[in-house]
Amino acid sequence: MSYGGGELFGDISLTLSPGSFHFLTGPSGAGKTTFLKLCYGALLPTAGHIRLFGADLRTMSRDDVALARRRIGVVHQDVQFLEHLPVADNVALPLIVSGHDRNSEAENLRELLKWVGLSHRADALPAELSGGERQRAALARAVIMSPEVILADEPTGNIDWEMSQRLLQLLVELNRMGKTIMIATHDMNLIRAAKSQVQARVLRISQRRLQTAGADL
Amino acid sequence: MKPDLTAMTAFLAGDAQADRLVPPTGFTARLTIFAAAAMAFLTVFAMALSLATGRLADRWGDELARASTLRISAPMDQRAAQTAAALRVLETTPGVAAARALSEDEQRALLEPWFGPDLPVASLPIPQLIEVIEDDAGYDAAGLRLRLAAEVPGAVLDDHTRWRRPLVTAADRLRLLGWLSIGLIGAATAAMITMAAQAALAANAQVIAVLRLVGARDAYIAGAFVRRFTLRALSGAALGTVLGMLAVLLLPSAQAEAGFLTGLGFQGWHWVWPLIIPILGAAVAYAATWQAAHRTLKELS
Ligand SMILES: Nc1ncnc2c1ncn2[C@@H]1O[C@H](COP(=O)(O)OP(=O)(O)OP(=O)(O)O)[C@@H](O)[C@H]1O
Ligand SMILES: [Mg+2]
Repeated sequence: MSYGGGELFGDISLTLSPGSFHFLTGPSGAGKTTFLKLCYGALLPTAGHIRLFGADLRTMSRDDVALARRRIGVVHQDVQFLEHLPVADNVALPLIVSGHDRNSEAENLRELLKWVGLSHRADALPAELSGGERQRAALARAVIMSPEVILADEPTGNIDWEMSQRLLQLLVELNRMGKTIMIATHDMNLIRAAKSQVQARVLRISQRRLQTAGADL
Repeated sequence: MKPDLTAMTAFLAGDAQADRLVPPTGFTARLTIFAAAAMAFLTVFAMALSLATGRLADRWGDELARASTLRISAPMDQRAAQTAAALRVLETTPGVAAARALSEDEQRALLEPWFGPDLPVASLPIPQLIEVIEDDAGYDAAGLRLRLAAEVPGAVLDDHTRWRRPLVTAADRLRLLGWLSIGLIGAATAAMITMAAQAALAANAQVIAVLRLVGARDAYIAGAFVRRFTLRALSGAALGTVLGMLAVLLLPSAQAEAGFLTGLGFQGWHWVWPLIIPILGAAVAYAATWQAAHRTLKELS
């Protein structure tokens, strides 16, 4: 993979098996975000192939990619919302754009907001949220469709340890329900905390290769 | 992807949730409505012009082509005799279906616009007019002139082609210009809607990116914009059309006084024509916005 300059990373072969739990680490600028973008079809690899749910990304139509994204929940590093709509609507956005009836999911939405501790902020606009609140809202938006795969890019970047633990807890529970999880993070404590609860593999991008990190963590 | 009609009707029904996803824009919305209304207003006039000149061309081309006039300019005492002689000649001319001397009243009516009513036609040295109606085959004008020259010295045959042909050509050209104007107005509308849509898409680039990331299909995102612009064009064009039709309706009528002219306006079922303007406007907006949206979306992952 390269953005036109030097190669960012290459010679990677990885299959996320259903129900697996992965961490992705590596120094800043190593390409974690880039790697996740490849995984949800926001970027095409400059070489090699990416398969989403068995289909080659290169041969997928734009609609195919859109439909695949409904099965992948993503927490972006630069969390983006529709700034003119309240938090509740933003969290429900994947439901709205995929044509679900929002009213029948109202209970689901309320539960989820409660889980991420945003019930009292449901009617606030995204611009009125703190950084941590935005990230929690982003996680809620990522999981509301009950996707098969959840990709989270630094989901705990702006939040305190206690809230991080709660988010991790949510992801671990989702993993137990059979969801595939991949979290890009620098936070070694988070990885350790997770390892005590689930079978997590830690991947590390360094020297332009994807390596499985040692057991020292 | 191309616009199709079933999708069009379905999407006009609307999706309140989808509409909220794109932030409302009061000012540009009003501009679009205004532009559509102005264009529709102009289209009504171009249409009225085309239809009126069309009527004119048809009438001059059709009716007058089969009619000609014989003018008897003779001293008063010979006028009746020469008229009778001319009628006899005409009766035996092959290709003449009917010939009829105009009555005093009819001649007075013809002169009335210039001399006013109560003109004593009978006592004036005014030529007697004979209306000649051809049959489908038509007559030989040169031959008829020769016979008239021999038998009715005061007769002058005017078969109207001299002044009719340039008028018909002018009317045809005017009609063509009218339709061309409608085409240009349509193209200009498409250009304006495209620019407005492009601006709206650019202003909402972040919204579009977010929608795309959470799994919205292109048609869904495009639909939110296309619906807006189609509805704005539809309502604007409807407003402009109604105003245009009212203006045409209120045009002073010149029918009775200038019988050979035709009023600028719609007649009979032609009033249905302007009603398609809003539909055309909406269709133009639909296609233009659809194109713009898909061009923008293609550049997004
Ligand atoms: N759109 C882009 N065009 C060109 N270069 C880019 C683009 N996006 C990222 N890069 C470069 O690619 C490299 C990897 O970026 P990436 O965002 O994947 O890193 P990261 O591992 O997520 O870093 P961080 O931990 O800081 O989030 C960086 O050097 C970055 O400058
Ligand atoms: Mg990153």
